[in-house]
Amino acid sequence: MSGAATAISARGVGVTVEGHRILEGVDVDVHPGELLALVGPNGAGKSTLLGVLAGDTTPSAGTVELDGRPLRRVPTRELAQLRAVQLQKQGLAFGFRVEDVVRMGRSPWHRTPAEDDDDRVVAESMTRADVTTLAGRLFPTLSGGEQARTSFARLLAQAAPVLMLNEPTAALDIKHQEALLDVLRRTVRAGSAAVVVLHDLSLAAAYADRVCVLADGRVRADGSPAEVLTGPLLTEVYGHPVDVVEHAGHLVVVPVRSHAPAASPTLQEVP
Amino acid sequence: MTAVLPATDPTPGTGGRSGADRPAPTRSGARVLAGRVGLLGGLGVALLVAAAFGAGHGQLDVPPGEVVGSVLHRLGLDWGPLPSHPQGENTLWQVRFPRVAMAALAGAALATAGALMQGVFGNPLAEPGVVGVSSGAAVAAASVIVLDLTFAGTWTVACCAFLGGLVTTILVYVLSRDGGRTEVVTLVLTGIALNAVTSAGLAFLMFLGDTQAREEIVFWQLGSLNGSRWEQVGVVAPLALGGILVALLLAPRLDLLALGDRAARHVGVDVERLRMGTIVVVAVLTAAAVSFCGIIAFVGLVVPHLVRLVAGPGHRLLVPASALGGAVLLVVADLWARTAIAYADLPIGMLTSLVGGPFFFWLLRRARRTAGGWA
Repeated sequence: MSGAATAISARGVGVTVEGHRILEGVDVDVHPGELLALVGPNGAGKSTLLGVLAGDTTPSAGTVELDGRPLRRVPTRELAQLRAVQLQKQGLAFGFRVEDVVRMGRSPWHRTPAEDDDDRVVAESMTRADVTTLAGRLFPTLSGGEQARTSFARLLAQAAPVLMLNEPTAALDIKHQEALLDVLRRTVRAGSAAVVVLHDLSLAAAYADRVCVLADGRVRADGSPAEVLTGPLLTEVYGHPVDVVEHAGHLVVVPVRSHAPAASPTLQEVP
Repeated sequence: MTAVLPATDPTPGTGGRSGADRPAPTRSGARVLAGRVGLLGGLGVALLVAAAFGAGHGQLDVPPGEVVGSVLHRLGLDWGPLPSHPQGENTLWQVRFPRVAMAALAGAALATAGALMQGVFGNPLAEPGVVGVSSGAAVAAASVIVLDLTFAGTWTVACCAFLGGLVTTILVYVLSRDGGRTEVVTLVLTGIALNAVTSAGLAFLMFLGDTQAREEIVFWQLGSLNGSRWEQVGVVAPLALGGILVALLLAPRLDLLALGDRAARHVGVDVERLRMGTIVVVAVLTAAAVSFCGIIAFVGLVVPHLVRLVAGPGHRLLVPASALGGAVLLVVADLWARTAIAYADLPIGMLTSLVGGPFFFWLLRRARRTAGGWA
């Protein structure tokens, strides 16, 4: 690894909940200008690791440094100026409008010089997340995908140098999946660091600079998509045969299916 | 829907977009400000009008013009007529005004406490009763009545009710805290458990007491503003107004709690500290109102909902508008309690529940129709 300053640096992170080992000996670094995809099967510890990196979960072992400072020493508000988080599930207790929700992302900058930019940053973030047309809608009345995009706009509005997202594309259609990761990659190119939990390995292959594969609470592999996303490794980790093929210059990860493809549509008469 | 426009400059901190790309601001700042001033001003005027009518009406009627005249004269302005009835001036200043002031303060305190409670729980059904303020105050008041305690003279009941409410709330909070964090559901369930214990305690006290004590407990619980005096107003006013002031300072951060505890922490809110501070304010506000007036239900639940219907969920406006709205509601409710039946003073807590219950039901039905209900 190069000697560049790390945005996030986790060493020997372990999390044990009621005797169950969720994470053990995890080392992860994320550098500015880098998009790291966290992948792995269900229960591998991806969300827990993201929670540890975000400061939500205190690890039972190991240390996490954000921008060179021990995470636990950074006060809540200052932490919000350093990192923004998009959770897997978005909820809102009251019927705030989309624009108000995006504006909530600006609250860490309240009473700082950056506050003057609020209106512009909020408008830009809404444009980049494609929620401008929803600005006046009530958040609880939106579809799941629209809520996810609103949360993404809020994350962008927070203008933090480190971004953490947990399955941001899960509820999105193909267009918005690509658009979100494209926006994220541009933000990273401009100097931010991003950690994204992804289930779609082809998306990870296309947009991540580095892929970290977690399995059973440990790092199984960590490297460029081409190094890490290989058939044998994924087959072993997921416990299901997986093929990695190249299509138009991108890696595409597909599960191997044992049953024969449905060649022609077969209609069955309902008795 | 338009496609995502790839930002020409991806850092959120720098600009450089063409005017056409930028969305028009949906609501201009000036209009929002005008709306705020309009709502708060309207409620303020409504409070003054309600107070003038409330002070004038009763067994001895004083026309509103004379009420205003009397106040202006006291302020050193020789405008308007003085009360024409020989006892008018006395009635106004010794009976009616303290009562109206108490109603306004109690209403404002209860409604503000309700707005804070709903905000801090991110749950529209929360009200101060949930964390045991009212039931704790009731047990303490009943103990004083049954055991005939008089260490603080005629104020012993109020004094102990205040402390009882405060102690119960803090107890609920401490019991539901685990590992430095409080979960909302745990807090509410702890409140329910403690409420069960306090109602058992209340039942036991009523069993212990004699007929007179029982009657006193029942009427204390029904709530009444009867016999409010300036000295009592002098005690409640600083607590209520101080609490409302702190509530106004907390309001902007309460918006962020709507995101949920984790997400609120992610945008820089020290959730645990904010919650603790808010609960103390809620306890002080509610205990202040309950201690002299008894239990007045539903004000804290209904008023914030009404305000949200008109003004949206933002706490910057919700908190002050709830305070004013609660004051108006209780002044009007008290006027009704005094005048609905001639020569009878109906318990105000009964009236607010009688109107508040069905109204809340209607609100629930309406919310289900319009916004898919409250999850």
